[in-house]
Amino acid sequence: MTLLRNILIRLLTTAITLFGVAVIVFVVIRVVPGNPIAMMLPPGATDADIERLQAQYGFDKSIFEQFVIWLGGVMQGDFGTSISLRQPVADLVLGRLPATLELSIFALVIAVLIGGALALLGTLYRDTKGEAAVDVSAGMALSVPDFLWGLVLILLFGVLWPVFHISGRISPSLNIDFTTNFYMFESLIRLRFDVWADLVAHMFMPALALAIPLAAIIAQLLKQSLKETMHLDYVTLARTKGYGENHVITREALPNAILPTLTLVGVQFTFLIGGTVIIERLFSYEGLGNMAIDAVINRDLPLIQGIVILFALLFTLVNLVVDMLYVVLNPKLRHA
Amino acid sequence: MSGYLSIRNLTVRLKGGAMILRDVSLTVRAGQVHGLVGESGAGKSMIGKAVLGTLPRALEVVSGQIILDGTDLQTLDPKERRRRIGASAALIPQDPLTALNPSKRIGPQITRRLVDILGWPKIAAEARALELLEEVHIPDPARVMRSYPHELSGGMRQRILIASAFAAEPKLIIADEPTTALDVTVQKQILRLISEMQSRHDTALLFVTHDLGVVSKVCDTLSVLYAGKVVEEANMHRFFMRPIHPYSAALLAATPTYTDPTGSLTPVPQTVIDGVEREVAEHDMRAAP
Ligand SMILES: Nc1ncnc2c1ncn2[C@@H]1O[C@H](COP(=O)(O)OP(=O)(O)OP(=O)(O)O)[C@@H](O)[C@H]1O
Ligand SMILES: [Mg+2]
Repeated sequence: MTLLRNILIRLLTTAITLFGVAVIVFVVIRVVPGNPIAMMLPPGATDADIERLQAQYGFDKSIFEQFVIWLGGVMQGDFGTSISLRQPVADLVLGRLPATLELSIFALVIAVLIGGALALLGTLYRDTKGEAAVDVSAGMALSVPDFLWGLVLILLFGVLWPVFHISGRISPSLNIDFTTNFYMFESLIRLRFDVWADLVAHMFMPALALAIPLAAIIAQLLKQSLKETMHLDYVTLARTKGYGENHVITREALPNAILPTLTLVGVQFTFLIGGTVIIERLFSYEGLGNMAIDAVINRDLPLIQGIVILFALLFTLVNLVVDMLYVVLNPKLRHA
Repeated sequence: MSGYLSIRNLTVRLKGGAMILRDVSLTVRAGQVHGLVGESGAGKSMIGKAVLGTLPRALEVVSGQIILDGTDLQTLDPKERRRRIGASAALIPQDPLTALNPSKRIGPQITRRLVDILGWPKIAAEARALELLEEVHIPDPARVMRSYPHELSGGMRQRILIASAFAAEPKLIIADEPTTALDVTVQKQILRLISEMQSRHDTALLFVTHDLGVVSKVCDTLSVLYAGKVVEEANMHRFFMRPIHPYSAALLAATPTYTDPTGSLTPVPQTVIDGVEREVAEHDMRAAP
C-alpha cells in the first residue's frame, strides 16, 4: 500500500519538476537576445523571408501560446524540429543520449572503483601515513575541476605519451553496423572486442576527467564512514571470532558504512552528468552535451528545450534509482 | 596457580602516556567463573580486550603474559593469535543492541565463523545454531535465524549473542557486563541463562561487572580492580567472609544487595580511596625507575 502510494507521489513530483523545468527553459531562452531565424538565413535575406520563417516556427506568437503548442506536441512525443539541423528534436536527442549515458556510467564505474579502493586502503592504514596520503590525493583531486583534469589528461596521455585518443567517440575507419547507439554495450554483445577497445581508448580520458572529483568525494566520505563503523561493537565482536582486518573492513563495516555514501554519490552523479557538457566539448565526444553547446550557439530553441528536458528527466531517474538502492541495501527499510 | 587463562603481570598503557593496566595478574580455572569487579574506568574491559586482542589502537601492551591453555598469546603471530582466540574463546558483549551487525541476518552471524574460521560444513553449522538458539530458549529459532537484528528485542538479541558465544564450544568466555544494558526484569533471566550455559558446557568464564551482588551469585573466584591494579584476588567464600584489602571491604560494605537489600549505599570512605591511590602511586614509582 505505502509502496504504491510512494510510487504515485514520486511520479507526480517528477511530472511537476519536469513541467517547471520546461517553463523556465522555455521562457529564459526566449527572453535572452538573439534571433535563431536571422542566424540561419543568408545575409541577403529580406524582412519578408524572416517573417515567413518566424511564422513557420511559431515565433510570431506569444510565449504563452508557443508553450501551449509545444506542450501539446510533447504530449504526443513531438518535441519539434531543430532549426539548425532540420531534423526532429526527439530523433536527434535520443540518437545522442546513448553516447552520453555510456560516458557517464563509465565515469561512475571508474569513480566508484578508484574512490572505493582509496577508502578501503585509507581505512586499512588509518591513523598512519597511508591514510594521510589518501587524504592528500583526495584534496588535490577536489581542488581542480573536471575540465581542467581533462586538459591535464590531454597533455599527459594525448601529447606527452599518446596512448589514448583525444577526440571523438569512435575511429571513423572502423566499420560498424550497429542497430543501437549504445556502442559499448552492443560491441560486447556482438563480441566485437576491436570496437570495444577502440571505444574505451576514446572514452577513457573524458571519463577519467569526470571521475576524478567524484572518486575523491567517495574516498573521503566512505573512509570517514568506515572509520566510524570500525569502532562499533559488532565489528569488535567479529574480530574476537577470529576474522582479520581485511574481512572485518569489507564484510562487517562496508555494508553498513556504504549507506550514507550512496545518497551523496547519487547527487554527485547528477553533477557528473552535468559535467559531460563541457567535457564532451573538450574531447569532441559526440554526445548530448556537445550537441547542447552547438544548440545554444545556434540559438536552436527547440533543440535546447529537448536537451534540457532530457537532462532533467535523467537527473530525476538517477535520484529514483539511488532511493531504491538505499531501500534494497538497508534491511530496516526493506521490511518497513 | 595455573588455570585455563592465566594473566601474568600484564601492563598496558596509552601509547606514550597514562597507565591503563598495572601489573595485572589473574587466573581463570577451567570450568570456573572468575568475577572481575571494580568501579567504572578501572580497566575491567581492557583486560578482556587484551585477552581477545581487541585493545583500542591507542593502547599498547608494555609487558606481561596472557597464557591461554598453556600458550602465551603474546608470542604468537597476529594471524595465529586470532585463530586461536576464535577457536577457544568468545565474548558476550555488553550492549546487545549494538553487537549484532544490522545489515546481516541472525543465522549467518552465528554460523559464518564456524564455516569460515573453523572449517565446519555449512549444514552442520546451521544445525548447531538452531540447537543453540533452542538451548537459550528462543521460540521459533528457524524464523529467528532469518530475521534481522532490528526485528528482535534486546533480551532476544542478548540470548542470540550468548548462543553465538557458545557456538564453537569455547573453553573460555569473557562476559563484559552482559546485563547492564538490559531491563531489570530481563537482567535476572539473562544472568541465570549465562550461569546455566556455563555449567552445562563446562566453560571457564571471566565475568566482568561492577556489581558485587551479581558476583556473589555466579562466581567461584574474583579479582578486585582499582585504577588498573588488582588489589585483591580471592575465592568467593573467603572474600565474602573476610576481605583482606580495605578497598575490597569498603566495596563489600557499599553493596546493598549483599549486606542489606533495603539499606542505602555506603560510599567507599575517602581514607580508603586515599590509601589505594597511594598504593597505585607507589607501584608506578617502582615501575618507572
Ligand atoms: N580507546 C581508548 N583510548 C584511550 N583510553 C581509553 C580507551 N578506552 C578506554 N580507555 C581508558 O582505559 C581505562 C579503562 O577503561 P575500561 O573501559 O577498561 O574501564 P571499565 O573498568 O571497563 O569501566 P566500565 O565499568 O565503565 O566499563 C579508562 O581510564 C579509560 O579512560
Ligand atoms: Mg567496561
